Amino acid sequence: MSMKVGIPSEINPKELRVAATPKTVLRLIKQGFNVFVQSNAGVKANFSNAEFEAAGATIVPLAADIYSKSDIVLKVLGPTVEEIDLMKEDLVLLSYLWPAQNPDLLQKLADKKVNAVAMDTIPRISRAQKMDVLSSMANIAGYRSVIEGANYYGKFLNGQITAAGKVEPAKVLVVGAGVAGLAAIGTANSLGAIVRAFDTRKEVAEQIESMGAKFLTVEIEEDGATASGYSKAMSQEFIDAEMKLFLEQAKDVDIIITTAQIPGRPAPKLILDYHVAAMKPGSVIVDLAASSGGNCTMTKDGEVYTTDNGVTILGKLDQLPCQASQLYGNNLCHLLDDMGKAENFKIDMEDDVVSRAMVTYDGKINFPPKPLPVSPQKPVVAPVEVEDPKITAAKNAKKDAVGMVIKLCSIGLLLLVLGQFAPAEFMQHFTVFVLSVFIGWQVIWNVSHSLHTPLMAVTNAISGIIIVGGLLQTTNDLSTPMTILASIAILVASINIVGGFFVTHRMLKMFKK
Amino acid sequence: MIEIGKEIQTAAYLFAGILFILSLGGLSSQESAKRGVLYGIIGMIIAIVATVLGQGVEGHIYIIVAIAIASVIGILVARKVEMTSMPQLVAILHSFVGLAAVLVGYGSYIDADTQTLAGSEHTIHLVEVFIGVFIGAITFTGSIIAWGKLEGKVTSKPFLYPGRHLVNIILLIACFVLGFLFVGVDVATGMTYLYIMTAMAAFIGVMLVMAIGGADMPVVVSMLNSYSGWAAAAAGFMLGNDLLIITGALVGSSGAILSIIMCKAMNRSFISVILGGFGAVAKGEAKEMEGEVTSLNYDAVAQLLKEANSVVIVPGYGMAVAKAQYPIYEMVQYLRKEGKDVKFAIHPVAGRLPGHMNVLLAEANVPYDIVMEMDEINPDLPNTDVVMVIGANDVVNPGAQDDPASPIYGMPVIEVWKAKTVIIMKRSMAVGYAGVENPLFYKPNAEMLYGDAKDSVEKIMGFLKG
Repeated sequence: MSMKVGIPSEINPKELRVAATPKTVLRLIKQGFNVFVQSNAGVKANFSNAEFEAAGATIVPLAADIYSKSDIVLKVLGPTVEEIDLMKEDLVLLSYLWPAQNPDLLQKLADKKVNAVAMDTIPRISRAQKMDVLSSMANIAGYRSVIEGANYYGKFLNGQITAAGKVEPAKVLVVGAGVAGLAAIGTANSLGAIVRAFDTRKEVAEQIESMGAKFLTVEIEEDGATASGYSKAMSQEFIDAEMKLFLEQAKDVDIIITTAQIPGRPAPKLILDYHVAAMKPGSVIVDLAASSGGNCTMTKDGEVYTTDNGVTILGKLDQLPCQASQLYGNNLCHLLDDMGKAENFKIDMEDDVVSRAMVTYDGKINFPPKPLPVSPQKPVVAPVEVEDPKITAAKNAKKDAVGMVIKLCSIGLLLLVLGQFAPAEFMQHFTVFVLSVFIGWQVIWNVSHSLHTPLMAVTNAISGIIIVGGLLQTTNDLSTPMTILASIAILVASINIVGGFFVTHRMLKMFKK
Repeated sequence: MIEIGKEIQTAAYLFAGILFILSLGGLSSQESAKRGVLYGIIGMIIAIVATVLGQGVEGHIYIIVAIAIASVIGILVARKVEMTSMPQLVAILHSFVGLAAVLVGYGSYIDADTQTLAGSEHTIHLVEVFIGVFIGAITFTGSIIAWGKLEGKVTSKPFLYPGRHLVNIILLIACFVLGFLFVGVDVATGMTYLYIMTAMAAFIGVMLVMAIGGADMPVVVSMLNSYSGWAAAAAGFMLGNDLLIITGALVGSSGAILSIIMCKAMNRSFISVILGGFGAVAKGEAKEMEGEVTSLNYDAVAQLLKEANSVVIVPGYGMAVAKAQYPIYEMVQYLRKEGKDVKFAIHPVAGRLPGHMNVLLAEANVPYDIVMEMDEINPDLPNTDVVMVIGANDVVNPGAQDDPASPIYGMPVIEVWKAKTVIIMKRSMAVGYAGVENPLFYKPNAEMLYGDAKDSVEKIMGFLKG
């Protein structure tokens, strides 16, 4: 009997998304699951029951049926108490849970023996990127922030010189260059605005520039990067400098988009009243952190309004439920894919991703999980963990060393025997030969893959060096066989040299970035 | 004519050697590659001049005439050669090195100066001559066969006969025995032995490459590259010339590394490559092909491309043959302008020699930052809307992963079937160079588009714009 995946409707009237779309249903069925969707679950995201049915899902009228019959339930928002009551034991739940803020919810799920995966705690490691719902949702928010900001901003974003006069390009400041920030930068840039971006983490400068914005920074040595990939709170001195920078920018820019959030805490206040006051009338602030208190002191959550000095502040954004559901659904599919699809479905608590996202398991709360550093190449964050590989490496090195000693000894012995019989001159040439092989070995491994054809042509030309043999053998008498042989050798070797170099040159001329 | 002393000559050789090393080192990146070639040329000029000006070199006039003729031929050939026939050129140039090594070996043997050597020095010299001629002869004939196969003059199917390994081994042993006898005889008899051995080595060279199937050609070419280097090094030993030794060793190890890289890419063992005939026949029944082959017309392909957000193009030798790289890049530019994410994916052994596709794409001005390697692109393929396989076959064969009976089982391939739709542009349903049936064509998400690659791409382009 194959496993059943159920998708209930979202109860919260503000939630427009749904945890599966007809396309992700197709994927789930391909993974081997039987899919049940509650009637009208996708209506708010523009997916009809008929579409779900066409994709192969069975439509079920009541949420109760979904919760009692499914092995796995896919949801967007965390369940309410009523919903938890409907769940059966050993149900696997995939949804947002915000476990740090909702300890009671976790306890209830654990009591009910529900194995709950909090999609918002999927660790931010490379392997798990495809299931990172925060990133995929932030991407939408970033895009949307520019579109809606532009909507309220009464002018073009791009600069134009037209018959009707010159239009200045809009200036956009993006605060916080996480996924949402970067998406906002990319969108604003592609619409033609001049984009600047600020972030306390110095490491994102490159990412900001790659998306087409100018990286703004303050002249204080302090890096906000932390092991979790989010930024940390900064020192007072840093904040003062930051505020000063924002004031300068506020006077200059037309649209400010703020995306700074610290998990489990209210959003940092970055755009203060006097910043808003300094802005030009008609300017727009889009606050993506509105739901966690807002980055701007004047933001009103869920509202769009205009201040006395004519600045429009957006405290809410359209969710793009259709697009968001698709991406969210894809993230869920990827996770199920990783957990073994229908056939080999397994909750593997040894797995880095599952063990951290599975916040309740087997009737117990599994939160907070142990931290997982994002950048393993920076040993500063986790000096303790560096110890183990060192020891194993040392052991391996010892093993290797023994093998190496044996090898070296036998090579040495061989050379000794050779030296016993071979004349001195030969040994000298032999030395040159062996060393050259080593050099060649070291040098060639660095050759880039795309240059292998030119490499071959160049080595071809260089191996024409055999011409030297011919040169040494020619005599003034063309009738001697040796001179004839040597002349032919010179001829063919020269064709090689000239042809080889020339054709390499031709090839390399074509390579360009 | 000025003459320079032995010491200065040695210094010049050392300098030339360093320049050659820098030349190869320069190829580590596109930016420094051109400088690398320049180093190589300077090194070569220094080496030749230092040799010609050295003591005891005669016959300057013949040297100059030979080099002049050769330069004209070399430039003419190198200018004329199409980038698609690079593999043939490389192969034929390898054979020249082999030939030169044989000739230099003969010359060194009959050289009156070396006859006066005595004792172990004489013996070692004779052994060096013997080995040099042996490697040279194998390189010579092997490269000619490789050239013939690439040019289509010799069948690309592996030519296998029962007991070929035994024959090869007997011939090898015979050469070895002959080598022993060779050391003890006078020049006239020795010359006969040398001829016999050359003939046998030439035969081995022919047979080694004949036994190799067309799809494995990149390995063969890089292997022969390596052999040509060792031949030069052997010549260096017999002439007591360090520069030849250094250069030969550099080229030899370069070719060896390329062969190893190619072998890894094709899941072949390096040893069996050196021994030849490694395109071995697989054991067991080949999987029965299931499903149906469906094909599309140009209009439908254009429609698919219009709807796609991400497109990956996998070019193969078929693109080279049709010279489709120009219209393909035109199409890519158009699609990119439409805001689509278009990339090229190159299998390490696509084409007929290492890096062949990169060169062709570079010729068409494709920027190399959208050209991905197999390992870079494979994780992206499940999220790709459309993959266009243009004239590639074996490198996208899923049988390499799931059919243990397939001759290419275990070879890493570009997993194009994981994309939403795969369009395979091919001239016909014929098998690829490796002679293996491709289950990819039978997959439900695979669509065929028959026709010449260039012609097809131009027609698709017409529909895209229209």
